[in-house]
Amino acid sequence: MAAPLTLLLVVAVTIRAALYRSSLAEVIAERVEVVSPITAWKRVIEGLALLDLGVSPYSGDVFHETPLVIYLFHFLVDYAEITFMLADVISAIALYLAVKEYNKQVVRKKQKFALEADRYPQDCLELIRSPKEMLYIPLKVAMFYLLNPFTILSCVAKSTCGLNNAVISLFILTTIKGNALLSAVFLCLATYQSIYPLTLCAPAMLYLMQRQYIPVNYRRASFWWFVVQYLFMYLGSLFVLICLSFFLLGSWDYLPSVYGFILSVPDLTPNIGLFWYFFAEMFEHFRLFFLCVFQINVFFYTVPLSIKLKDHPVFLMFMQLAVISIFKSYPTVGDIALYMALLPVWSHLHRFLRNIFLVSCVLLACSVLFPVLWHLWIYAGSANSNFYYAITLLFNVAQILLVSDYFYAFLRREHHLIHGLYLKKKDGSEATLVLK
Amino acid sequence: TFYIEPLKINKLGVRASDTFVLTPTPQPKDDFQEELVIRPLHSGDIYASFQFRTLWETDFMRENKVSHYRLFPKSLGQVISKFSVRELHISFTQGYWRTMQWGQPFLPSPPGAELWVWFQDSVTDVDAAWKELTNVLSGIFCASLNFIDSTNTVQPSASFKPLGIVNETDHRFLRYATLPREIVCTENLTPWKKLLPCGSKAGLAVLLKSEKLFHSSFFSQTVHIRPVCQDRECKTTSWELRQTLNVVFDLHTSGQGKREWSLFKMFSRTLTEACPLASSSKIYIDVTDNPQEEYFELSPATPLLSQAVVLGDRRTFSVYDLTQQVTFGTVRSLNLLIRWKSTEGECSMLRPLLHAERYVAGYGLQTGEIHTVMYNNHPFRSFPVLLLDSVPWYLRLYIHTLTVTSKGKDNTPSYIHYQPSKDRMRPHLLEMLVQLPPHSVTEVTVQFERALLKWTEYTPDPNHGFYVGSSVISALVPSSVAMDTNITQEQPLFSSFFPCKEESSYFVRVYTEPLLVNLPTPDFSMPYNVICLTCTVVAVGYGSLYNLLTRSFQIEEPNPRLAKKIANFIRRIRGVPLLS
Repeated sequence: MAAPLTLLLVVAVTIRAALYRSSLAEVIAERVEVVSPITAWKRVIEGLALLDLGVSPYSGDVFHETPLVIYLFHFLVDYAEITFMLADVISAIALYLAVKEYNKQVVRKKQKFALEADRYPQDCLELIRSPKEMLYIPLKVAMFYLLNPFTILSCVAKSTCGLNNAVISLFILTTIKGNALLSAVFLCLATYQSIYPLTLCAPAMLYLMQRQYIPVNYRRASFWWFVVQYLFMYLGSLFVLICLSFFLLGSWDYLPSVYGFILSVPDLTPNIGLFWYFFAEMFEHFRLFFLCVFQINVFFYTVPLSIKLKDHPVFLMFMQLAVISIFKSYPTVGDIALYMALLPVWSHLHRFLRNIFLVSCVLLACSVLFPVLWHLWIYAGSANSNFYYAITLLFNVAQILLVSDYFYAFLRREHHLIHGLYLKKKDGSEATLVLK
Repeated sequence: TFYIEPLKINKLGVRASDTFVLTPTPQPKDDFQEELVIRPLHSGDIYASFQFRTLWETDFMRENKVSHYRLFPKSLGQVISKFSVRELHISFTQGYWRTMQWGQPFLPSPPGAELWVWFQDSVTDVDAAWKELTNVLSGIFCASLNFIDSTNTVQPSASFKPLGIVNETDHRFLRYATLPREIVCTENLTPWKKLLPCGSKAGLAVLLKSEKLFHSSFFSQTVHIRPVCQDRECKTTSWELRQTLNVVFDLHTSGQGKREWSLFKMFSRTLTEACPLASSSKIYIDVTDNPQEEYFELSPATPLLSQAVVLGDRRTFSVYDLTQQVTFGTVRSLNLLIRWKSTEGECSMLRPLLHAERYVAGYGLQTGEIHTVMYNNHPFRSFPVLLLDSVPWYLRLYIHTLTVTSKGKDNTPSYIHYQPSKDRMRPHLLEMLVQLPPHSVTEVTVQFERALLKWTEYTPDPNHGFYVGSSVISALVPSSVAMDTNITQEQPLFSSFFPCKEESSYFVRVYTEPLLVNLPTPDFSMPYNVICLTCTVVAVGYGSLYNLLTRSFQIEEPNPRLAKKIANFIRRIRGVPLLS
């Protein structure tokens, strides 16, 4: 598997390098779909220039990156392109190894399943994949990540979303490999950069407990002991990072500038998310209320999803990543690329997907219409903000439908594994399955 | 004036004296001077500058408040003592001063309203004092200065030094704000005129009629309050209040057939007397370009001639002294007439040494670039200028894109003070010291990004655009004539405004044009729709996930169709077997 992966990496790096050298790089770096006020490269340069002028980057409202990013790019600003290409490569390799490890475990579980096959209905054996079918899935995942136009655009724009994706991919890898400490450290790094990966604590803990054969039962002491251990490692590394950031610039200014900015959404620059136009048109009286509602919306699917999917933590991780990417305050296409990269892992669900054609058509159409309607609003002046907003809405609805479709397919497959694939009604005719 | 003693009443309740006892008490000295300078401009327009100065030797800062006001207006005196103001400079301007056509003005001012104040060192909360001061001044001048808040106030660190007595300058006590959108009209002129000792009833102020003043290319009224020294050793200080009014009348809109200016045609009034409270009341006509009366003639003729060095140039003026009765002649009224002899043969104007322009480059509503262009027209001397730029927070400047080029080459400023903006709290402040090479054009460019504001933050006419205040360029320009540094010598008011510290240069402040920038706007008719649609999308997500989380798969038992149901119901009533 090393040779095709290497070939893929070479192709990906070549495409990115070619785009860096072309004139498209500046155009892409200005696109609001690809960069946001949190991740824009122009703002990183601005922050470093302010530091050179002797002014704290956080005294203004232009720079919203964490101090570690300042520290990192203080040395690497001349090698920025290589840094971002490397981040993409690291993400791809991490996802590749993670999925490979996960497939090994799925195969092991299936072997257990086959041993008990007589307990299960006969016809579901065709739902079970053979190891040969699963051979190319890690490569497909790496390919979906590296050759996704969203990822390429994000890398060419030098959006720091690429660094965030790399950290989350490393977190996924270390979690699936079973290393609790490294998993906590990488999750803490991801949370430190943007608050939302906090919700990935739950799938990580569930997966690690499953791997260590700790039963997920809130009445058991071992469950709580493991939770305490993991949270201790996580909060400890977070505390260390926060203190390190304080010592870098000698002040706590970065807390309101980074986290206050993410949570209170003062900058209404258009992006592909739902927040900007909503808060641009919000009545002042209700602003705080709806801000809290929208922010809680990202976090509050964690507990119900964890309860429903406690036996399938990797799918839970995928669902959480998708929910974060759709409902976060400043989403970019780089965030979408990350959860879309994990779609080949669930490719066996395709027979239960109901509206995948509609969703993919809508996503494609919206991706094309974003720059068109932006141009009509901002440059041509013949459209207004409602057009761009409409495409934003449609894009998000399509993403929600995609995620819920995969969730439906997953649950349905689990149902068939237990109750048999070809179900019959009482009178023997073919049955239809509904959610009730 | 006299001081009235209280009545003395003895124990029997009888007044000690029948009449009031009047005793004279020594009053602090105050002095009022008025002057009008008329200068025909190179382009055919005429520039009239009124200056009214009140000097008062008193101390506003002492314990018992000043209560007897004579020439100094009480409203301004109370403002100074209540807010512990050291210097106050406020100007209201309509129109933009065209330096290249009209030369340098005696007192520069930016379009709109400008206010800058130095507070005393004793003030503890400068921002609160500033806020109250702007509101009080807004009432005094009938202007909407209450729009001055923290989003358009800056603390310049170098460009605005005190113009009066300087002890030490701590820039924490300085505040500067401009309102480029402010419009000046009769409502602002009337309270301004009321501050004068003679009002608009006597002296030069009778000429200030708004129907003629606002029918002009440029109109500016200012008030400047500062402490000044009375003598060289500065043993006594007095408060100086200067009210100036600059107006440029346009040749063509006045409907002149032949080129002729008179006081009546400019102001629709003639002068009949000087202000009785004034110690000096003079009119100066600039005749430097007309030494032998070859271009225009003045009538009535006057024997008085004076010379003054103003703006680095020695100018000759014909003087009319209104305190002398002979000026008004037998008709008891003075109507100055300037009649041009020939239409051709224009004299060459002295080219202004420092001149600046500013414009916005770029297209679309996402980004743009501000270009400030400064011209140094001196043939062989270079001099440094201080550039002050205050840009509102919704134009996000990127200081790493700042470039300063002179003659095509990079020209790094020797001092940059940049304070980045905070959204909805304070604007950008950029101050730079740039050395302008001789006979060159220096261009300062900086890129910005336009922000999308909340729908309530737009003005009612959002597509008009948003104003960015003028840049201020302050410089000491080399002078071709030796300037007079003696402050106590009698000088005309127009030449003694800016303090002159050295002989070889004079202080010049140039204001650029204000900018008008368009921002992207949301649709203002849509708040309810947007809230509903976005909440619908969130609800779609919530609904799908809720369904999948709370429901489980079951085999569907088909419901009989409605028609069948009704048929079965009827059959049940009839007692007939049901349909399957």
